[in-house]
Amino acid sequence: MNRLLIAAILISGLSLSACTRPDRFGADGTDGTNGLPGTGVVDPNAIGSASDPASPLYFSQTIGDRVLFVVDQSTLTPQAMATLDGQAQWLLTNSSYLAVIEGHADEQGTREYNVALGARRANAVREYLISKGVPASRLRTISYGKERPISLCSDESCYSQNRRAVTVISVGSIS
Amino acid sequence: MSQSDLHCRATRFCDPSQDSIRPQVMLPVMDQTRIFMMRMLATLLLALGLAFPGMAQQPLQITITDGVIEPLPIAVPVFQAETAGAEQMAAQITRVVVDDLVNSGLFREVPQSAFISQVTSFAQPVAYADWRAINVQGLVTGAVAMSGDQLVVKFRLYDVFSGAELGEGLQFAGTVAGWRRMGHKVADAVYSRITGEGGYFDSRVVFVSESGSKGSRLQRLAIMDYDGQNIQFLTESGAIVLAPRFSPTGDRVLYTSYESGFPAINLLDVSTVGRRQIATAPGEMAFSPRFSKDGTRVIYSLSTGGNTDLYITDLNTGQHMRLTEAPSIETSPSFSPDGTQIVFESDRSGTQQLYLMSANGGEPQRISFGEGRYGSPVWSPRGDLVAFTKQNAGRFHIGVMRTDGSEERLLTSSFLDESPTWAPNGRVIMFTRETQGTDGAPSIYSVDISGRVLQQVPTGGMSSDPSWGPLQP
Repeated sequence: MNRLLIAAILISGLSLSACTRPDRFGADGTDGTNGLPGTGVVDPNAIGSASDPASPLYFSQTIGDRVLFVVDQSTLTPQAMATLDGQAQWLLTNSSYLAVIEGHADEQGTREYNVALGARRANAVREYLISKGVPASRLRTISYGKERPISLCSDESCYSQNRRAVTVISVGSIS
Repeated sequence: MSQSDLHCRATRFCDPSQDSIRPQVMLPVMDQTRIFMMRMLATLLLALGLAFPGMAQQPLQITITDGVIEPLPIAVPVFQAETAGAEQMAAQITRVVVDDLVNSGLFREVPQSAFISQVTSFAQPVAYADWRAINVQGLVTGAVAMSGDQLVVKFRLYDVFSGAELGEGLQFAGTVAGWRRMGHKVADAVYSRITGEGGYFDSRVVFVSESGSKGSRLQRLAIMDYDGQNIQFLTESGAIVLAPRFSPTGDRVLYTSYESGFPAINLLDVSTVGRRQIATAPGEMAFSPRFSKDGTRVIYSLSTGGNTDLYITDLNTGQHMRLTEAPSIETSPSFSPDGTQIVFESDRSGTQQLYLMSANGGEPQRISFGEGRYGSPVWSPRGDLVAFTKQNAGRFHIGVMRTDGSEERLLTSSFLDESPTWAPNGRVIMFTRETQGTDGAPSIYSVDISGRVLQQVPTGGMSSDPSWGPLQP
């Protein structure tokens, strides 16, 4: 009896999450791999080990998958360029991977302007990677505006983390 | 059938059908000319500085632009039930009428307990002296009749000081299910007769309903009555949806959706909740869509190579037209009511500012020159004002300015106010207010154009990006 009940609840729970999941985000809005909002293109089982330099996990954890921006700016800082040099090198070495570059803004701005601002930031990263030899056909950009903050407080310590562009490694074709 | 099928159907596609309400004029019981003369005389005396001694002698008239400080006292005795069993419905409709009028900030309800004379029949003559004695200026009487699923509501408005009816008696017929709309119709008529302006109570608002934590919000489109009642969801939770906008007739909604994985423009039919992605001009991301005044074209932002410009796509022919060509961000466009001009925001000067431009493109003229940044401009349906979001010194404001940028007035101030939308009469603005911090959450607020009447719209949860539709037919 209890088992049946539990099974019924589990099944209904699964069905509910399937129902409320019409896009590629998980039910909690993240891709379920690293807690970051992403495109979810990478199969979590395929990202490999952080100690394997050819793995996407190595890319995100050791090379660094993100660069940060000054308020209202899309100009790359010297620190950002250093990170992107590493990203470009990795992408050139691991030429079977594609990348989606996500632009983000902090909450101190209007919603639609921040979408446009995020697009600018993502494109600044894309242009830099292209300038370092990564084929444009392997890079796509998307802006999330201020809709997916990674740090949730309302002061500069969080805003500085949210003004970011994240390079998300993916396999297969970029739609 | 699985649980999920039931779940989806129950929460997703409620039928937001609109009942049409038929207004009918009842027998006139007043002398229009006499009332007109009295009101003209009163206005003339006021203009000459001959103030009346005492409030009870002012005419039943409110000029909204004056910034009403003292709400006008009205009495709305519970509407008469004209059929057996209609008592509760009559009481509910009366409450909608009173709530609409009082929440506008222009009226104050004189409570039933203060009444000297009781209204026991819709036809009975009004004992004006009894209402004057308790300082009532406007008296609304009404009656409700029910027959099966049909409902008839009628009302009369009396100018107590003049001792005469103001306007003709009206009745509305519709379905019982649409009973709240009948109350809104009565309130709109009363508001309109006393202010000389159009009403806004019988209208709906489309918005983004949000749930989940701040870092991973789930968003879905929803629609509600202007007062937060009758909320229905138009899409499922999941993909990010932003900034819905009603078509001029309120039958369709344009919005930005991430359903395809990238920002794109979607068009949704309100009655069927069918939706499709609009084919825009070629680019990477399309967002910020709004209808043209005739509902046949869409103006929007298109981002390509990190640069965002304004485009128009004709929904019938599929033809695209590029409106701006600048290395800066151009977004959040809004047509003038006559459709000839566009107000939008651009950071071409270095920061977000507001610009006017011909609807065919051309050289934009900057209209915002105050301190800070200006965004999300929306042209008033009356044509006289532009509402906007202003960001200055760490605060956000909703404000209005004339279309030449003069007479800027800030109506609100908070940690984060944004996305204004106009009531159909151009006298009230709804907007998003987001609270601060890790648990920060958005809600919808309304404010009148004097900035005096600020209220949260009860949506029962997190909500943002309201778009206020037209008065319903």
